[in-house]
Amino acid sequence: MKNSRRKFIKIAGMAALGWSICPSLAGARSGPRQSENRLRADRWAMVIDSEKLNDEIMDKCIEACHKLHNVPEIPNDQNIKWIWKEPFYNLFSDQSHGYLKDKKSLPFLTLCNHCDNPPCVRVCPTQATFSRDDGIVLMDFHRCIGCRFCMAGCPYGSRSFNYYDPRKFLDDDELDHDYPTREMGVVEKCEFCAHLVDQGEMPACVEASEGAILFGDLNDPNSDVRKVLQERYSLLRKPKLGTDPQVYYLI
Amino acid sequence: MLEKAIKGSALYWIWLLVLLAVIGVGFGAYLQQLDQGLSVTALNRDISWGLYIAQLTFLVGVAASAVMMVIPMYLHNHKAFARMLILGEFMAVATIIMCLLFVVVDLGQPQRLWNVVLYPTPSSVLFWDMVVLNGYLFLNILIGWVTLQAERKRVGPPRWIKPFIYLSIPWAISIHTVTAFLYAGLPGRDFWLTASMAPSFLASAFAAGPALLILLAFAVKIFAKWDPGREAIQSLAKIVTYALAAYLFLIGCKIFTAAYSMVPDKLAHWEYLYFGLEGHTMLSVFMWVSTVAGVSALLILLFPKNRQADNILAFACVLVLISTWIEKGMGLITAGFVPTPMKEVLTYAPTGPEILITLGIYGIGFLIITVLWKVGIGVRKEIEAT
Repeated sequence: MKNSRRKFIKIAGMAALGWSICPSLAGARSGPRQSENRLRADRWAMVIDSEKLNDEIMDKCIEACHKLHNVPEIPNDQNIKWIWKEPFYNLFSDQSHGYLKDKKSLPFLTLCNHCDNPPCVRVCPTQATFSRDDGIVLMDFHRCIGCRFCMAGCPYGSRSFNYYDPRKFLDDDELDHDYPTREMGVVEKCEFCAHLVDQGEMPACVEASEGAILFGDLNDPNSDVRKVLQERYSLLRKPKLGTDPQVYYLI
Repeated sequence: MLEKAIKGSALYWIWLLVLLAVIGVGFGAYLQQLDQGLSVTALNRDISWGLYIAQLTFLVGVAASAVMMVIPMYLHNHKAFARMLILGEFMAVATIIMCLLFVVVDLGQPQRLWNVVLYPTPSSVLFWDMVVLNGYLFLNILIGWVTLQAERKRVGPPRWIKPFIYLSIPWAISIHTVTAFLYAGLPGRDFWLTASMAPSFLASAFAAGPALLILLAFAVKIFAKWDPGREAIQSLAKIVTYALAAYLFLIGCKIFTAAYSMVPDKLAHWEYLYFGLEGHTMLSVFMWVSTVAGVSALLILLFPKNRQADNILAFACVLVLISTWIEKGMGLITAGFVPTPMKEVLTYAPTGPEILITLGIYGIGFLIITVLWKVGIGVRKEIEAT
């Protein structure tokens, strides 16, 4: 009797082991979708040219981004924003003064800074938000437990939490089926359109910006972003915090 | 020993039923939150932590009550705490369970909680907070149960428990330190970005924990007809006095740094807390209550005569709890988020469901305290009757 019980447990154990190995072997074959002509960089960075930006272009950028990523429009302070407009003073309060008449209330675009030293990644208890080798800070919507530590950690207010079920605010007919909708209770933010970059395309806001936003490899001395940063004066948001933000603003 | 929990007076059962009713209502509200998400709370894109996380912060402090008796008793041979220590340890068990529940109700995806264990991340302070809170819970259950069982059998506690008791001292310090580090290490939050966070957490904890313990001890005296001992309560009162002074001193230090340096990023949070900004003054009313209560309690407790009068001591302890609860449970978290990184000013006022869920968890905590204390006091009575 004792013997057969032991045998049974052994067999059950082997079966469980096999069961757990097989699906993972099968899973290993299907990696993330990556195109042959994906864009590569050591360090992606964005440069926003305030001279070329205007209200109309900014709205186009926002619309392109939010449509592409199925970002719901929620009419209260529990809303979701990936890229949005914010007055100069609010973005650069530490680099602003009372006589900056024109610029002070001028709206600027803001989004995740994809910091080189991202506090959100440091504080996340499950590695649901992480840095890629090329510097893009991404979210795993399926791992996030919704603790919102990353929102407290981000000094730029770049992160949004799904207080509501976002699908309630999305129109089924206008969904973009190439990008997942999120579920209630997870954090999300701009991803520098990593899924487009990996297919060889530029981020949606860059495409919509009519040349006002540049995107390129900061480690390549011949890239557009490097050249323009050498030629013109630019600002970073809260550089003193040491997060090393990678969205530059040409003034 | 647990059988002592099911033999009680009518009053005991009525109290348990009241608590169960509160828990039931809270659970109902939580079901609503599970269904509709955290949209039922007043949290938002800018103030992303609120009442729940603030209760975690406050209650981590209350859990310290045990160590404030363990240190005098085991390191200084202060025997007055021998009878009462078990109450402190059981209170720590209840408060830590409340802390963990407040973390769970704050999660957007509570069913994924296990991910914290599946993908352990040492760079995250929240990971360490989980480790130290669960560890402290385990230590107090183990120590409390083993020592109580030994007492019941009229033998000394087993020798192997001693290392755990000594370990519980630094471990208690760690739960405040790590919880303070949740906030103190965030680059963009100037209000929290100060080395005084952990010390001030410890100070307010060592004031609030023993203050609650004194009040509950008085309640036990009345309702359970069991006196934890005058000397123990007087020793606790002294601890509350010292800790309260340190807590107020540290707040003063923080205010000085902000006010004298006049660095706007630091100062704005304190202005918001005590005077309100851009018409958002709701919080400042509470903060003045907190400060006045704290200072009055100190003025009362400084005089030994006041401490020796039970009524005055109880009143002062209530003031201590009001002061520390408002400071930790309301002010500290909200003022860390406001002004926002975009320099916006907002008011956070918790919603009905948020408050009901919070009360429900407090109900669970008091239920655990009641049952565990019933057992602990029952055993003590049994020993002392022979």
